[in-house]
Amino acid sequence: QGFRVDVVREEDDVLEFDMVDIDAAIANAFRRILLAEVPTMAVEKVFVYNNTSIVQDEILAHRLGLIPIRADPRLFEYRNQGDEEGTEIDTLQFQLKIKCSRNPQAAKESSDPNELYFNHKVYSKHMTWVPLGNQTDLFPDADFRPVHDDILIAQLRPGQEIDVLMHCVKGIGKDHAKFSPVATASYRLLPDITLLQPIEDEAAELLQKCFSPGVIEIQNIKGKKVARVANARLDTFSREVFRHESLKNLVRLARVRNHYIFSVESTGILPPDVLVSEAIKILMGKCQRFLNELDSVPME
Amino acid sequence: VQADGTDGNCVTFVLHDEDHTLGNSLRYMVMKNPDVEFCGYCITHPSESKINFRIQTRGALPAIEPFRKGLNDLMGVCQHVLNTFEVRLLPEHAQR
Repeated sequence: QGFRVDVVREEDDVLEFDMVDIDAAIANAFRRILLAEVPTMAVEKVFVYNNTSIVQDEILAHRLGLIPIRADPRLFEYRNQGDEEGTEIDTLQFQLKIKCSRNPQAAKESSDPNELYFNHKVYSKHMTWVPLGNQTDLFPDADFRPVHDDILIAQLRPGQEIDVLMHCVKGIGKDHAKFSPVATASYRLLPDITLLQPIEDEAAELLQKCFSPGVIEIQNIKGKKVARVANARLDTFSREVFRHESLKNLVRLARVRNHYIFSVESTGILPPDVLVSEAIKILMGKCQRFLNELDSVPME
Repeated sequence: VQADGTDGNCVTFVLHDEDHTLGNSLRYMVMKNPDVEFCGYCITHPSESKINFRIQTRGALPAIEPFRKGLNDLMGVCQHVLNTFEVRLLPEHAQR
Protein backbone atom coordinates (compact mmCIF):
# COMPACT_ATOMS: atom_id res chain seq x y z
CA GLN A 1 0.00 0.00 0.00
CA GLY A 2 2.91 2.32 -0.62
CA PHE A 3 4.18 1.74 2.87
CA ARG A 4 7.89 1.71 3.50
CA VAL A 5 10.34 1.68 6.37
CA ASP A 6 13.75 3.36 6.16
CA VAL A 7 16.39 2.89 8.77
CA VAL A 8 18.23 6.14 9.20
CA ARG A 9 20.65 5.64 12.01
CA GLU A 10 21.55 2.66 14.07
CA GLU A 11 23.98 2.63 16.94
CA ASP A 12 24.30 0.21 19.83
CA ASP A 13 21.36 1.39 21.78
CA VAL A 14 19.59 3.94 19.59
CA LEU A 15 17.59 3.22 16.49
CA GLU A 16 16.10 5.94 14.36
CA PHE A 17 13.85 4.85 11.55
CA ASP A 18 11.11 6.26 9.35
CA MET A 19 7.71 4.83 8.67
CA VAL A 20 5.99 6.30 5.68
CA ASP A 21 2.33 5.95 4.76
CA ILE A 22 1.10 4.57 8.03
CA ASP A 23 -1.69 5.95 10.15
CA ALA A 24 -1.37 7.81 13.43
CA ALA A 25 -3.40 5.22 15.34
CA ILE A 26 -1.04 2.41 14.46
CA ALA A 27 2.13 4.44 14.95
CA ASN A 28 0.91 5.46 18.38
CA ALA A 29 -0.02 1.88 19.20
CA PHE A 30 3.57 0.82 18.49
CA ARG A 31 4.95 3.62 20.62
CA ARG A 32 2.65 2.69 23.53
CA ILE A 33 3.57 -0.97 23.28
CA LEU A 34 7.30 -0.18 23.20
CA LEU A 35 6.98 1.81 26.39
CA ALA A 36 4.61 -0.31 28.39
CA GLU A 37 4.05 -3.80 27.09
CA VAL A 38 7.31 -5.31 25.93
CA PRO A 39 8.41 -7.55 28.82
CA THR A 40 11.80 -7.51 30.54
CA MET A 41 13.39 -9.02 33.62
CA ALA A 42 13.92 -6.88 36.68
CA VAL A 43 14.48 -7.40 40.39
CA GLU A 44 11.15 -7.77 42.14
CA LYS A 45 11.74 -9.38 45.52
CA VAL A 46 14.70 -8.57 47.72
CA PHE A 47 15.40 -10.84 50.69
CA VAL A 48 17.47 -8.79 53.12
CA TYR A 49 19.62 -10.93 55.38
CA ASN A 50 21.82 -8.17 56.69
CA ASN A 51 21.82 -4.48 55.94
CA THR A 52 23.79 -2.29 58.32
CA SER A 53 24.37 0.51 55.83
CA ILE A 54 22.66 3.85 56.10
CA VAL A 55 20.55 3.15 53.02
CA GLN A 56 17.20 1.92 54.31
CA ASP A 57 15.98 -1.52 53.27
CA GLU A 58 13.14 -0.26 51.15
CA ILE A 59 15.22 2.39 49.43
CA LEU A 60 17.86 -0.21 48.66
CA ALA A 61 15.21 -2.56 47.26
CA HIS A 62 13.78 0.23 45.14
CA ARG A 63 17.20 1.05 43.69
CA LEU A 64 17.95 -2.59 42.99
CA GLY A 65 14.68 -2.93 41.12
CA LEU A 66 15.54 -0.13 38.75
CA ILE A 67 18.83 -1.68 37.61
CA PRO A 68 18.47 -3.11 34.07
CA ILE A 69 19.40 -6.79 33.95
CA ARG A 70 20.92 -8.27 30.81
CA ALA A 71 18.67 -11.29 30.45
CA ASP A 72 16.61 -12.12 27.38
CA PRO A 73 13.01 -12.10 28.63
CA ARG A 74 11.89 -14.43 25.85
CA LEU A 75 13.69 -17.29 27.60
CA PHE A 76 11.55 -16.95 30.71
CA GLU A 77 7.90 -17.26 31.64
CA TYR A 78 5.71 -15.01 33.72
CA ARG A 79 5.40 -15.96 37.34
CA ASN A 80 2.00 -17.32 38.36
CA GLN A 81 -0.13 -15.24 40.65
CA GLY A 82 0.35 -16.04 44.31
CA ASP A 83 3.45 -18.12 43.69
CA GLU A 84 5.87 -17.03 46.36
CA GLU A 85 8.81 -19.32 45.88
CA GLY A 86 9.62 -18.98 42.22
CA THR A 87 10.74 -21.81 39.95
CA GLU A 88 13.71 -21.93 37.66
CA ILE A 89 11.65 -21.14 34.60
CA ASP A 90 10.47 -17.75 35.80
CA THR A 91 13.02 -16.47 38.27
CA LEU A 92 16.61 -15.33 38.20
CA GLN A 93 18.44 -15.16 41.49
CA PHE A 94 21.17 -12.65 42.22
CA GLN A 95 23.23 -12.13 45.33
CA LEU A 96 24.86 -8.99 46.65
CA LYS A 97 27.19 -9.61 49.55
CA ILE A 98 29.69 -6.96 50.41
CA LYS A 99 31.42 -5.70 53.51
CA CYS A 100 33.42 -2.55 53.99
CA SER A 101 36.63 -2.60 56.00
CA ARG A 102 39.41 -0.21 56.90
CA ASN A 103 42.65 -0.27 54.97
CA PRO A 104 45.53 -0.78 57.40
CA GLN A 105 48.14 0.45 54.90
CA ALA A 106 46.60 3.86 54.37
CA ALA A 107 48.67 6.94 55.14
CA LYS A 108 47.96 8.63 58.45
CA GLU A 109 46.58 11.95 57.25
CA SER A 110 44.90 10.84 54.04
CA SER A 111 41.24 11.74 53.72
CA ASP A 112 40.56 10.07 50.40
CA PRO A 113 37.97 7.35 50.93
CA ASN A 114 39.42 5.33 48.06
CA GLU A 115 42.60 4.91 50.05
CA LEU A 116 41.18 4.57 53.50
CA TYR A 117 38.56 1.89 52.97
CA PHE A 118 38.03 -1.28 50.99
CA ASN A 119 34.69 -1.77 49.21
CA HIS A 120 33.21 1.49 50.33
CA LYS A 121 31.20 1.94 47.12
CA VAL A 122 28.74 -0.75 46.15
CA TYR A 123 28.47 -0.99 42.38
CA SER A 124 26.20 -3.15 40.25
CA LYS A 125 29.19 -5.25 39.26
CA HIS A 126 29.14 -6.70 42.78
CA MET A 127 25.85 -8.45 41.97
CA THR A 128 26.49 -12.13 41.19
CA TRP A 129 24.17 -14.62 39.58
CA VAL A 130 23.16 -17.61 41.69
CA PRO A 131 21.73 -20.33 39.41
CA LEU A 132 18.49 -21.92 40.59
CA GLY A 133 17.78 -25.59 40.09
CA ASN A 134 18.76 -26.66 36.60
CA GLN A 135 19.49 -23.21 35.25
CA THR A 136 23.14 -24.09 34.74
CA ASP A 137 22.02 -26.75 32.29
CA LEU A 138 19.35 -24.63 30.64
CA PHE A 139 21.68 -21.68 30.11
CA PRO A 140 25.18 -23.12 29.86
CA ASP A 141 26.93 -20.13 28.36
CA ALA A 142 24.59 -17.38 29.43
CA ASP A 143 26.00 -14.73 31.68
CA PHE A 144 23.28 -12.94 33.56
CA ARG A 145 24.38 -9.68 35.02
CA PRO A 146 23.32 -6.04 35.07
CA VAL A 147 23.71 -4.20 31.80
CA HIS A 148 26.04 -1.58 33.26
CA ASP A 149 28.75 -2.42 35.79
CA ASP A 150 29.22 1.01 37.20
CA ILE A 151 25.82 1.83 38.66
CA LEU A 152 26.38 3.02 42.21
CA ILE A 153 23.94 1.28 44.52
CA ALA A 154 25.08 2.44 47.97
CA GLN A 155 28.05 3.74 49.90
CA LEU A 156 29.48 2.03 52.98
CA ARG A 157 31.88 2.76 55.80
CA PRO A 158 33.96 0.27 57.81
CA GLY A 159 31.90 -2.25 59.71
CA GLN A 160 28.82 -1.88 57.50
CA GLU A 161 27.74 -4.68 55.28
CA ILE A 162 24.98 -5.58 52.86
CA ASP A 163 23.86 -9.16 52.34
CA VAL A 164 20.80 -9.54 50.14
CA LEU A 165 19.34 -12.11 47.82
CA MET A 166 17.29 -10.87 44.86
CA HIS A 167 14.66 -12.53 42.73
CA CYS A 168 14.16 -11.19 39.19
CA VAL A 169 10.91 -11.83 37.43
CA LYS A 170 9.46 -11.03 34.04
CA GLY A 171 7.09 -8.09 33.92
CA ILE A 172 5.77 -5.31 31.71
CA GLY A 173 6.06 -1.57 31.98
CA LYS A 174 2.34 -1.17 32.64
CA ASP A 175 2.89 -2.84 35.99
CA HIS A 176 5.97 -0.90 37.06
CA ALA A 177 8.21 1.42 35.09
CA LYS A 178 11.30 -0.62 35.98
CA PHE A 179 10.13 -3.23 33.46
CA SER A 180 10.18 -0.79 30.55
CA PRO A 181 12.82 -1.88 28.02
CA VAL A 182 13.34 1.53 26.43
CA ALA A 183 15.00 4.60 27.83
CA THR A 184 12.43 6.31 25.70
CA ALA A 185 10.56 5.70 22.48
CA SER A 186 9.11 8.63 20.60
CA TYR A 187 8.07 9.69 17.18
CA ARG A 188 7.65 12.97 15.38
CA LEU A 189 6.25 13.95 12.03
CA LEU A 190 8.49 15.06 9.20
CA PRO A 191 8.38 18.86 8.86
CA ASP A 192 7.30 20.34 5.56
CA ILE A 193 8.68 23.81 4.87
CA THR A 194 7.54 25.58 1.75
CA LEU A 195 8.70 28.98 0.59
CA LEU A 196 5.74 30.73 -0.97
CA GLN A 197 7.90 33.20 -2.85
CA PRO A 198 11.56 33.23 -3.80
CA ILE A 199 13.58 34.84 -1.04
CA GLU A 200 16.82 36.62 -1.81
CA ASP A 201 19.79 38.45 -0.35
CA GLU A 202 19.50 39.63 3.24
CA ALA A 203 16.11 38.08 3.64
CA ALA A 204 17.70 34.78 2.65
CA GLU A 205 20.40 35.17 5.28
CA LEU A 206 17.83 36.00 7.91
CA LEU A 207 15.76 33.02 6.88
CA GLN A 208 18.72 30.72 7.25
CA LYS A 209 19.31 31.98 10.78
CA CYS A 210 15.67 31.42 11.73
CA PHE A 211 15.82 27.70 11.21
CA SER A 212 18.08 25.04 12.67
CA PRO A 213 21.47 24.77 10.94
CA GLY A 214 21.34 22.80 7.73
CA VAL A 215 17.67 23.30 6.97
CA ILE A 216 17.96 26.27 4.63
CA GLU A 217 20.72 26.45 2.11
CA ILE A 218 21.73 29.54 0.20
CA GLN A 219 22.63 29.12 -3.41
CA ASN A 220 24.26 31.64 -5.70
CA ILE A 221 22.12 31.91 -8.81
CA LYS A 222 23.20 34.53 -11.32
CA GLY A 223 25.02 36.48 -8.65
CA LYS A 224 22.06 36.72 -6.28
CA LYS A 225 21.72 34.69 -3.14
CA VAL A 226 18.61 32.57 -3.21
CA ALA A 227 17.34 30.50 -0.31
CA ARG A 228 16.32 26.90 -0.78
CA VAL A 229 15.03 24.29 1.62
CA ALA A 230 17.81 21.74 1.82
CA ASN A 231 16.90 19.29 4.55
CA ALA A 232 13.61 19.80 6.29
CA ARG A 233 14.16 16.79 8.50
CA LEU A 234 16.65 18.57 10.75
CA ASP A 235 14.23 21.27 11.75
CA THR A 236 13.01 21.47 15.32
CA PHE A 237 9.99 23.62 14.49
CA SER A 238 10.84 26.54 16.70
CA ARG A 239 8.68 28.91 14.61
CA GLU A 240 11.29 31.64 14.91
CA VAL A 241 10.47 32.74 11.39
CA PHE A 242 7.05 34.02 12.44
CA ARG A 243 8.61 36.56 14.75
CA HIS A 244 9.97 38.52 11.81
CA GLU A 245 7.43 40.70 10.05
CA SER A 246 9.18 40.57 6.73
CA LEU A 247 9.31 36.79 6.55
CA LYS A 248 6.04 35.88 8.22
CA ASN A 249 3.93 35.54 5.11
CA LEU A 250 6.53 34.05 2.86
CA VAL A 251 6.98 30.70 4.59
CA ARG A 252 4.50 27.97 5.33
CA LEU A 253 5.29 25.48 8.08
CA ALA A 254 3.41 22.22 8.09
CA ARG A 255 3.91 18.53 8.75
CA VAL A 256 3.82 15.68 6.28
CA ARG A 257 0.76 13.77 7.43
CA ASN A 258 1.93 10.22 7.35
CA HIS A 259 5.72 10.29 7.55
CA TYR A 260 6.75 9.33 11.09
CA ILE A 261 10.30 9.56 12.36
CA PHE A 262 10.63 7.05 15.20
CA SER A 263 13.43 7.20 17.70
CA VAL A 264 13.89 4.18 19.99
CA GLU A 265 16.56 4.20 22.68
CA SER A 266 17.00 0.91 24.50
CA THR A 267 18.31 0.48 28.06
CA GLY A 268 20.64 -2.22 26.78
CA ILE A 269 18.66 -5.33 27.64
CA LEU A 270 17.65 -6.02 24.06
CA PRO A 271 18.88 -4.26 20.92
CA PRO A 272 16.36 -1.69 19.68
CA ASP A 273 15.53 -3.46 16.42
CA VAL A 274 14.57 -6.57 18.38
CA LEU A 275 12.39 -4.39 20.59
CA VAL A 276 10.49 -3.01 17.62
CA SER A 277 9.95 -6.50 16.21
CA GLU A 278 8.71 -7.69 19.59
CA ALA A 279 6.32 -4.75 19.85
CA ILE A 280 4.78 -5.56 16.47
CA LYS A 281 4.41 -9.20 17.48
CA ILE A 282 2.71 -8.18 20.72
CA LEU A 283 0.12 -6.16 18.81
CA MET A 284 -0.53 -9.17 16.61
CA GLY A 285 -0.84 -11.32 19.71
CA LYS A 286 -3.50 -9.03 21.13
CA CYS A 287 -5.59 -9.25 17.95
CA GLN A 288 -5.18 -13.00 17.90
CA ARG A 289 -6.38 -13.23 21.49
CA PHE A 290 -9.65 -11.49 20.66
CA LEU A 291 -10.12 -13.47 17.50
CA ASN A 292 -9.79 -16.67 19.52
CA GLU A 293 -12.29 -15.42 22.06
CA LEU A 294 -14.74 -14.48 19.33
CA ASP A 295 -14.53 -17.94 17.92
CA SER A 296 -14.82 -19.76 21.21
CA VAL A 297 -17.57 -17.81 22.96
CA PRO A 298 -20.97 -18.27 21.29
CA MET A 299 -22.60 -14.96 20.52
CA GLU A 300 -26.36 -14.57 20.87
CA VAL B 1 -15.18 -10.07 25.81
CA GLN B 2 -18.83 -9.47 26.48
CA ALA B 3 -21.42 -8.17 24.08
CA ASP B 4 -24.86 -6.71 24.46
CA GLY B 5 -27.06 -4.66 22.20
CA THR B 6 -30.54 -4.10 20.85
CA ASP B 7 -30.35 -6.22 17.71
CA GLY B 8 -27.60 -7.89 15.75
CA ASN B 9 -26.66 -4.72 13.97
CA CYS B 10 -25.46 -2.55 16.81
CA VAL B 11 -23.38 -4.27 19.42
CA THR B 12 -21.21 -2.96 22.21
CA PHE B 13 -18.24 -5.15 23.01
CA VAL B 14 -16.62 -4.82 26.40
CA LEU B 15 -12.93 -5.67 26.03
CA HIS B 16 -11.13 -6.36 29.29
CA ASP B 17 -7.47 -5.51 29.93
CA GLU B 18 -7.29 -3.18 26.96
CA ASP B 19 -6.74 0.53 26.52
CA HIS B 20 -6.06 3.08 23.79
CA THR B 21 -3.30 0.94 22.34
CA LEU B 22 -5.67 -1.58 20.82
CA GLY B 23 -8.80 0.56 20.96
CA ASN B 24 -7.67 3.35 18.69
CA SER B 25 -5.93 1.14 16.13
CA LEU B 26 -8.88 -1.25 15.98
CA ARG B 27 -11.32 1.64 15.60
CA TYR B 28 -9.25 2.93 12.69
CA MET B 29 -9.30 -0.45 10.92
CA VAL B 30 -13.05 -0.95 11.44
CA MET B 31 -13.85 2.54 10.16
CA LYS B 32 -12.29 1.67 6.83
CA ASN B 33 -15.07 -0.84 6.29
CA PRO B 34 -17.85 0.72 4.14
CA ASP B 35 -20.53 -1.39 5.80
CA VAL B 36 -19.97 0.21 9.16
CA GLU B 37 -22.24 3.11 9.99
CA PHE B 38 -20.84 3.92 13.42
CA CYS B 39 -17.74 2.78 15.25
CA GLY B 40 -16.27 4.14 18.41
CA TYR B 41 -14.62 3.21 21.65
CA CYS B 42 -14.41 4.75 25.08
CA ILE B 43 -12.73 3.97 28.35
CA THR B 44 -15.42 3.68 31.01
CA HIS B 45 -13.21 4.74 33.88
CA PRO B 46 -9.47 5.33 33.87
CA SER B 47 -8.95 3.19 36.93
CA GLU B 48 -10.52 0.16 35.31
CA SER B 49 -8.70 -1.36 32.42
CA LYS B 50 -11.54 -2.06 30.01
CA ILE B 51 -12.99 -0.38 26.94
CA ASN B 52 -16.47 -0.20 25.43
CA PHE B 53 -16.18 -0.79 21.72
CA ARG B 54 -19.35 -0.11 19.74
CA ILE B 55 -20.03 -1.07 16.16
CA GLN B 56 -23.18 -0.26 14.25
CA THR B 57 -23.68 -1.57 10.75
CA ARG B 58 -26.01 -0.37 8.05
CA GLY B 59 -28.12 -3.02 6.46
CA ALA B 60 -28.57 -6.46 7.85
CA LEU B 61 -24.95 -7.34 8.49
CA PRO B 62 -24.39 -8.69 12.02
CA ALA B 63 -21.99 -6.47 13.89
CA ILE B 64 -19.55 -9.24 14.70
CA GLU B 65 -18.44 -9.40 11.09
CA PRO B 66 -16.80 -5.97 10.88
CA PHE B 67 -15.22 -6.62 14.28
CA ARG B 68 -13.68 -9.85 13.10
CA LYS B 69 -12.63 -8.30 9.81
CA GLY B 70 -11.07 -5.35 11.63
CA LEU B 71 -9.03 -7.67 13.84
CA ASN B 72 -7.86 -9.67 10.84
CA ASP B 73 -6.98 -6.52 8.92
CA LEU B 74 -5.01 -5.20 11.88
CA MET B 75 -3.09 -8.45 12.05
CA GLY B 76 -2.40 -8.19 8.34
CA VAL B 77 -1.08 -4.64 8.74
CA CYS B 78 1.20 -5.70 11.60
CA GLN B 79 2.52 -8.61 9.60
CA HIS B 80 3.26 -6.34 6.67
CA VAL B 81 5.04 -3.84 8.91
CA LEU B 82 7.06 -6.62 10.52
CA ASN B 83 8.10 -8.04 7.16
CA THR B 84 9.07 -4.65 5.76
CA PHE B 85 10.99 -3.78 8.89
CA GLU B 86 12.92 -7.01 8.99
CA VAL B 87 13.75 -6.86 5.32
CA ARG B 88 15.12 -3.38 5.84
CA LEU B 89 17.26 -4.47 8.75
CA LEU B 90 18.81 -7.46 6.99
CA PRO B 91 21.72 -5.64 5.31
CA GLU B 92 22.68 -4.08 8.61
CA HIS B 93 22.67 -7.36 10.44
CA ALA B 94 24.68 -9.01 7.72
CA GLN B 95 27.27 -6.31 8.18
CA ARG B 96 27.59 -6.93 11.91
